[in-house]
Amino acid sequence: MKGTNLGEFEELVLLTIAALVNDAYSVAICDELEKNTGRAAKLGVVHAVLNRLEEKGLVKSKLGEATNTRGGKRKRYYAVTSAGKAALLKAKEVRDNLWSMIPGMALKNI
Amino acid sequence: MEGCTRKSISGTEKRIMEKSKDYTPPRLAEKFLSWYCKPELLEDLQGDLYEYFQRNVKTRGVVRAKLIYIIDVIKFIRLYTLRKPEFVNTLINWIMLSSYVKTSGRNMLRNKLFSAINIAGLSVSLLVGMLLIGLLSDIRSYDQFHEKKDRIYRVISNYEYLDKPNDDWFASSSPKAGQLIKETVPGVEDAALMYSWANNDVKAEDKIIPLEGHWANESFFQIFQFPLLQGNPATALKEPYSLVLTSDAALKVFGTTDVLNRPITMGDKEYIITGVAHNVPEFSHLKFEMLVSLSTRTGEPGYEKHELAWDNIWQGYAYLLLAPETNLTDLQHNLDNLCTEQDKTVKNTKIKLKLQPLQDVVLGVEMSNEIGKTMDSKNVWVAGILTLIVLVSACFNYTNLSIARALKRTREIGVRKSIGATKQHVFNQFIIESVMISIAALVIAAGLFVVIKPYFLAIDSSVESMIKLRLSPLLVLCFVGLALCTGIVAGFLPALFFTRVQVAKVLRGGSDLKLFKNLNLRKVLIVSQFTVSLAFIASTVIAFRQYNHFVSFDLGFSTDNIINLKVQGNKPDLLQQELSALPEIEMIAQSSVVAGIGYYYGGSMKYKNPLDSSNINHNTIDANYLPMHRHQLVAGRNFTTAKPNTDIGEVIVTENVLDHFKIGDANRESAIGEIVKVNRKEYEIVGVIKDYYYGRADNDKNKVVLIHSEEKASYLNLKINTTNWLATMSKLESVWKKLDPVHPIAATFYSKQLEDNFRDLLAMLKVIGFIALLAISIASLGLLGMVVFTTETRLKEISIRKVMGANALQLIYLLSKNFLVLLLVATAIALPATYYFFTEKFLVTLKNHLPVTIMDLLTGALAMLALALIMISTQTLKAARKNPAEVLKSE
Repeated sequence: MKGTNLGEFEELVLLTIAALVNDAYSVAICDELEKNTGRAAKLGVVHAVLNRLEEKGLVKSKLGEATNTRGGKRKRYYAVTSAGKAALLKAKEVRDNLWSMIPGMALKNI
Repeated sequence: MEGCTRKSISGTEKRIMEKSKDYTPPRLAEKFLSWYCKPELLEDLQGDLYEYFQRNVKTRGVVRAKLIYIIDVIKFIRLYTLRKPEFVNTLINWIMLSSYVKTSGRNMLRNKLFSAINIAGLSVSLLVGMLLIGLLSDIRSYDQFHEKKDRIYRVISNYEYLDKPNDDWFASSSPKAGQLIKETVPGVEDAALMYSWANNDVKAEDKIIPLEGHWANESFFQIFQFPLLQGNPATALKEPYSLVLTSDAALKVFGTTDVLNRPITMGDKEYIITGVAHNVPEFSHLKFEMLVSLSTRTGEPGYEKHELAWDNIWQGYAYLLLAPETNLTDLQHNLDNLCTEQDKTVKNTKIKLKLQPLQDVVLGVEMSNEIGKTMDSKNVWVAGILTLIVLVSACFNYTNLSIARALKRTREIGVRKSIGATKQHVFNQFIIESVMISIAALVIAAGLFVVIKPYFLAIDSSVESMIKLRLSPLLVLCFVGLALCTGIVAGFLPALFFTRVQVAKVLRGGSDLKLFKNLNLRKVLIVSQFTVSLAFIASTVIAFRQYNHFVSFDLGFSTDNIINLKVQGNKPDLLQQELSALPEIEMIAQSSVVAGIGYYYGGSMKYKNPLDSSNINHNTIDANYLPMHRHQLVAGRNFTTAKPNTDIGEVIVTENVLDHFKIGDANRESAIGEIVKVNRKEYEIVGVIKDYYYGRADNDKNKVVLIHSEEKASYLNLKINTTNWLATMSKLESVWKKLDPVHPIAATFYSKQLEDNFRDLLAMLKVIGFIALLAISIASLGLLGMVVFTTETRLKEISIRKVMGANALQLIYLLSKNFLVLLLVATAIALPATYYFFTEKFLVTLKNHLPVTIMDLLTGALAMLALALIMISTQTLKAARKNPAEVLKSE
């Protein structure tokens, strides 16, 4: 394992899971990502990332109720674990730190 | 998932969605997913894909949705989704192996008839497969001993005269092309240039021995792996009048291989032996007993003008050694440029050059002017397809019989499943059973292989000289592999069938078992088997009739009891004189070419108009030739035994020559005495004969000019009157030996030569006949099995019907009706298809062929139907005769 460092896409997926709260399953995550980033989120990619996040212990999952829209298959709902929350916070902190170091004028002139 | 956007689902859309629920994702893709995917991830993935599928159905249509589903399933093959092989399952399979073998063995013994049918069918088809594999492996091992084989290419040429483009390639190329390529084209490291047909008698130490070989330049031994026992490979073929012998040739000529620098005479020139090579390996397309340095030819007069002409592509060969990693496209570009450049040096002719990898020389597209024996890859493809048909037919038998017998095995499967066998286990069991059968068949096939090998090689003389079919460990391994594959293919459908058996239904003893759900499949299998068999029989009959037709074709002259003796450079008159002493020889004639067997002597002829020159074929004959061959004189007279006039010679022409040149009028007598020019010499027409087939029976009647000349004859035609052919032949031979101790006698019956002429047709006939025989046997065995099975299962029904008053005939009709329908369907497919193939494809290019008649098609079909009918009726009769009391009391 690569430790708790988050990749950019991993961070996005993790944030989406947190944002979707009780409705975070693969297809919904894909749709939400697409809506927010404007990029096409491929199901295969999202699946791989979810799988990796779960291996790292940043999310946990449980199977929900069977629904008709899924041909009688159950949804797997994801939730952010405390380790996940820590990783998100750490990432935010790093960013905030860096933002605060930029002097007000520096970005304006670009 | 492809760019799907989330939409709020409105009311109407919802309805559409509910409607679209009727569409399901492609089943095969679903199955594939659940096969490879980890069980813990499976449900999730399936659900996701289903959701997307339904969305896509709505937005993009069913077809595209299905396609996307399939693509997505394939895209999901990732390391983390793959199922790990389950150790326990593998272990169980191993443990159960002995059980499977045991039950399968018992089952085979219990059903001796079915096992025998399966093993017999599989073993003959495996035999065919083995023959094909042996043939392929032999052909693929040609020219493999050359170390630089991957870099060796042969220059092949295409000859276009007067802007008539064609796609006929010649294996040869002009010596000039070889030389120019070697000197100027970049990427060509070296080139072995050759000139074919150096065959000659060599003289050394008072012995005269005919040897075969080629001319070759000094690069020959650099490029090819023909190691020298003696001599320097780099220089052996450099100097003019150098000669390299193989060790066998050296032994033949000198009795020793220690012959370096010894002189040897060929023609009237003396050569020096500069090398002794190992014998040529048998799997080499280049064969020779001696090689003569190409520089010998360069010194000869006329070389520059004739042999080095750009359009003299007929006897030269160039093998190029390319530098490693040469760009072939660039090279071809250079060759094209060279051709454009050089085409300017010749009139009306365009030559194209191309490179052919050494590996493709033996098994490739058929080309003219081959330097060694090759095999047309088309023939190998045909053989492959025939083999596949026979193999598949035998597999069909197994499939059919196994599924038909399934009723007896379902209980066993039910028990196995109820104590924990998975589908996988059942599948394995039946695959193992079929593999066991095919291994048993392999053992028998191996025995058959040894027996049939000599017959197979004797199909055609070219096969015999090219193929050895020697067993090697690799070959044996291939055979075993073939048997395993066949077993798996044969057992696949039955195994799949058995995995579907539902435990509850079977063990309940249900009679509502849907075992005959696969009835249609079985019908299709039987029909296809018989279609193929019938097509083969009809083809065999047609080919046989065509072959007979051509061999006994009326060529326009008689060939009865004539032996053609090749003179081989001896004095024909002397030979004739010696032979005429034999009482068996009725008459001797001399000629320069044997008519009717595909050899042509071409020339040009002119009549009064000097501009009208036309190609004719000619033969040089004596006075005995026409009477012996019973040619019909229309006008004029035969040649006389007197010596021909040397100023103006005599010719006899066929009627179509007169018609073409408009010599004389409708009365043929008027042409007698006219003067014509043949090959720039003047002749007087003394006779006219009826047109005849000069070339082959499947060509047109040629325009023929028969010349009376002093020119040395190449053949003596001997009319023989004897009852003891063997003794006559040995007498002929002893006369020949006296006159020519060097060359073996070459005397052939005319009828044999005519037969050899259609050897390819005969070879095809033999192969198709053999395959037809096998296909019929396999199909018949399968049919027999099916009939036995049906009658067995319907025994009770038959007995009851009998009790109720049905007679034997009615019962036979009842039982055989279904099979007969199948056979009729097969006939209805096979015969028109065969007819179409022969009349539209195969016979179109064959001139003077017999038309295909209904009888040709029907004879085979009727015989086949009769055979099937006999089989069906004997079996059903047996069942119908049984005492119903005995059958019914056992209930």
